[in-house]
Amino acid sequence: MDPTSIGWLALPLAILGGAIRVSTPFIFVSIGELITEKSGRINLGLEGTLMLGAMAGYAISYLSGSPWLGVLSAGLAGMAFGFLHGLLCSVKRVNDTAIGISLIVLGTGLAFFLGKPLIEPKAPPLPSIALGFWSSVPQVRAALDVNALFFVGIALAFAVYVFLNRTGWGLMLRTVGDSEDAARALGFPVLRVRIIATMAGGFLAGIGGSFLSLSYPGSWSEGLSSGQGIMAVALVIFARWRSVNALGASLLFGGAGALGPALQGIGVTGYYYLFNAAPYILTLAIMVASTSRAAPFADAPGELKLHR
Amino acid sequence: MSVPQVELKNMTKRFGANLALNNVSLLIRSGTVHALLGENGAGKSTLVKCLVGFYHPDEGHIQVDGREHRLNSPKDADALGIGMVYQHFTLVPSMTVAQNLVVSGARLPAYINWQSELRRLAEVTKKLPFHVPLDVRVSQLSAGEKQKAEIVKQLYLGRKLLILDEPTSVLTPAEADEVLGHVRSLTRAGELSAILISHKFHEVRRFADDVTVLRRGASVRTGAVADLTDDALAEAMIGEPVSKIVQHAPKSPPKSDIILSISDLRVNGDNGLPAVKDLSLEVRAGEIVGIAGVSGNGQLELVEALMGQRDRSGTIAVSGSSFNGTRLEIARLGVYGLPQEPLKNACIDRMSLAENLALRNFDRVPLCRGIAMNYGALAEQAERLVAQFRVKAPSLTASMSTLSGGNVQRAVLARELTQDVRLLVASNPTFGLDFVACEETYRRIVEARNGGAAVLLISEDLDELLGLVDRVLVMSAGRIVHEVSAEGADKRVIGKYMAGMKAA
Ligand SMILES: Nc1ncnc2c1ncn2[C@@H]1O[C@H](COP(=O)(O)OP(=O)(O)OP(=O)(O)O)[C@@H](O)[C@H]1O
Ligand SMILES: [Mg+2]
Repeated sequence: MDPTSIGWLALPLAILGGAIRVSTPFIFVSIGELITEKSGRINLGLEGTLMLGAMAGYAISYLSGSPWLGVLSAGLAGMAFGFLHGLLCSVKRVNDTAIGISLIVLGTGLAFFLGKPLIEPKAPPLPSIALGFWSSVPQVRAALDVNALFFVGIALAFAVYVFLNRTGWGLMLRTVGDSEDAARALGFPVLRVRIIATMAGGFLAGIGGSFLSLSYPGSWSEGLSSGQGIMAVALVIFARWRSVNALGASLLFGGAGALGPALQGIGVTGYYYLFNAAPYILTLAIMVASTSRAAPFADAPGELKLHR
Repeated sequence: MSVPQVELKNMTKRFGANLALNNVSLLIRSGTVHALLGENGAGKSTLVKCLVGFYHPDEGHIQVDGREHRLNSPKDADALGIGMVYQHFTLVPSMTVAQNLVVSGARLPAYINWQSELRRLAEVTKKLPFHVPLDVRVSQLSAGEKQKAEIVKQLYLGRKLLILDEPTSVLTPAEADEVLGHVRSLTRAGELSAILISHKFHEVRRFADDVTVLRRGASVRTGAVADLTDDALAEAMIGEPVSKIVQHAPKSPPKSDIILSISDLRVNGDNGLPAVKDLSLEVRAGEIVGIAGVSGNGQLELVEALMGQRDRSGTIAVSGSSFNGTRLEIARLGVYGLPQEPLKNACIDRMSLAENLALRNFDRVPLCRGIAMNYGALAEQAERLVAQFRVKAPSLTASMSTLSGGNVQRAVLARELTQDVRLLVASNPTFGLDFVACEETYRRIVEARNGGAAVLLISEDLDELLGLVDRVLVMSAGRIVHEVSAEGADKRVIGKYMAGMKAA
């Protein structure tokens, strides 16, 4: 038998590889959104932050020659956007959802505008780790060629879990998000905590954006994002505001998203668009199946007032 | 002695044009319990919120052992050893009791090792005479447990001055004795001083040394409890002599038609376990049926299921037709309620008082014209209800959350009792009301009954219950375990059923 022909095994391999690739930006954006929501605010603007991060990351990587510097600048750009959101929402009678939507428009527009000269040049991409080195089968090697940011994302999910459950600051963040009265009674600086949480969320979303433009082979174009920033908001709800769940949800979503291309890769071309809808159908199905009226979301931050 | 002497000097606080505190001074002698009395809206909560730095007084300051302090945040009060159990719960619902204790500490720990932390917390809380589970989410605790957890939190933080804002309104008398008795013994031992806000004279008398009465934001009377009679206190509160005999309208004989009929009702609690088990009962027109029981025996779940807030099995019929709590059925069958924690269960806290008063009838003439609201009629109705039920509020357009606890209760009462009530479900309707408002509530409930309504009254206060009802049912562990008419009722027997069956 030809060692490079692995028959039907190509499908799960392609899905695995795709899942890792597609899920990485989701992990960052959804965990960023989770941190923001834990403070009692929703930042819908992460879609804009994501695009801005993708552009900034690519630009700095191109200019400096270091993709990691690009990632850092993407994060900082996202953080600045988070700061803007946090600041605007701290004004009385300003609604966080509305500000978020306007930031989507602003972020995407800014990224398109500043990114015009970046379509042509080639920036150095982020390194991947060749976990498939042991195999001679190209599909295995391709699937296990994992971007370094993916591992950062996994570590991040667990780190955020520890932060929220085992550190004083984590408990303070949850207090602010769950009950403003309680937070004020304890003398916590509610606004400051929320602004910082939104900045942290923006930082991570920016990094998620940089993955889009800097993962192998790396390029900048206006069609980079396909709504990952918005989907991340849904993923946070789906993950019930738990970071490790958010990691799982991102992987699941990524895997389902890889289904269409993977099938196409082994020659199943019918129903392409239907398979592309798989992540949404899957999410909806699991959501419906796992929701119960008797046990409302226990970890939903009370100040969001959306869990009923 | 290590317990400082705390003094409030010339406190004044305005909310807009509303003068909530008018030059109030207060001295809490070291190692004593100082009671604060006053009508709903008199400014008691505002005063103590200024003392813990939650509000900033417009004028005045506090003195601790003669040194002047200005508090910018509760953290500053914390540093002085001053802490408060707020009237509305301030525990974080999604966190466990242990997490709540840790997050309220003076210094936030960088990293928490929960194993050793839990051991340490258990060690500290073991010394207290009442027990609260440490690793349960606060949202799953009953109101009484939450209140105890709040007090445990303050004691755990090692307060020197403990402020209790109506701590017993959700506790049973036995629990209240336990909690206040412990605070009392701590003050006697010289370990802390306390401020106790209460509407119950007997509590003030038993547990406080000194008392100050507030009326319309001013301190009108202060002195040792022993030197003041109940009448003198009541008179100071309302500013005029009290007519002692409270007259309930005379009873009319109950009619025969059954209004509410519940059979084989089964309801699960928040923890998924059955809380109400095969419960059946009937209430006739012109009759008040009381449900007595220790809190947490299924009363809350019964009421929520009855009002359509909770899934159930079994049948609930009102005037013969099945009732599921839809808006249409509520209006057609005339089912109204006075729920517990009315700010949460009967109001929309960020809407205005006028809007909240219209929640039952905003979609009917005259409050609406076609699809448009008639704001004139809305304001006119609010004005009328506020006057009729003496609701004290900053203004009709003030958001509901700025009303004092007791006035929220009155507003709900005004809205519900002015409908065409055929079934009234009242659950601890006098929690947090001053004595004048209590009497008023009783009178209105009796009036509703005499008007032919059926009333189901759930109360943990046995005296209140026996004074009002025609028939008592005792609820224990989700079942009705005893039934007796008001004439034949014996407090001791009922108490035994309440407690005895629970132990069994
Ligand atoms: N945040 C606020 N904004 C505007 N007005 C307020 C606010 N808080 C309280 N008030 C008003 O101040 C007055 C005093 O209220 P406070 O809560 O101190 O009364 P209270 O004595 O504690 O009454 P209760 O026994 O009903 O709890 C009331 O008229 C109330 O409406
Ligand atoms: Mg009060």
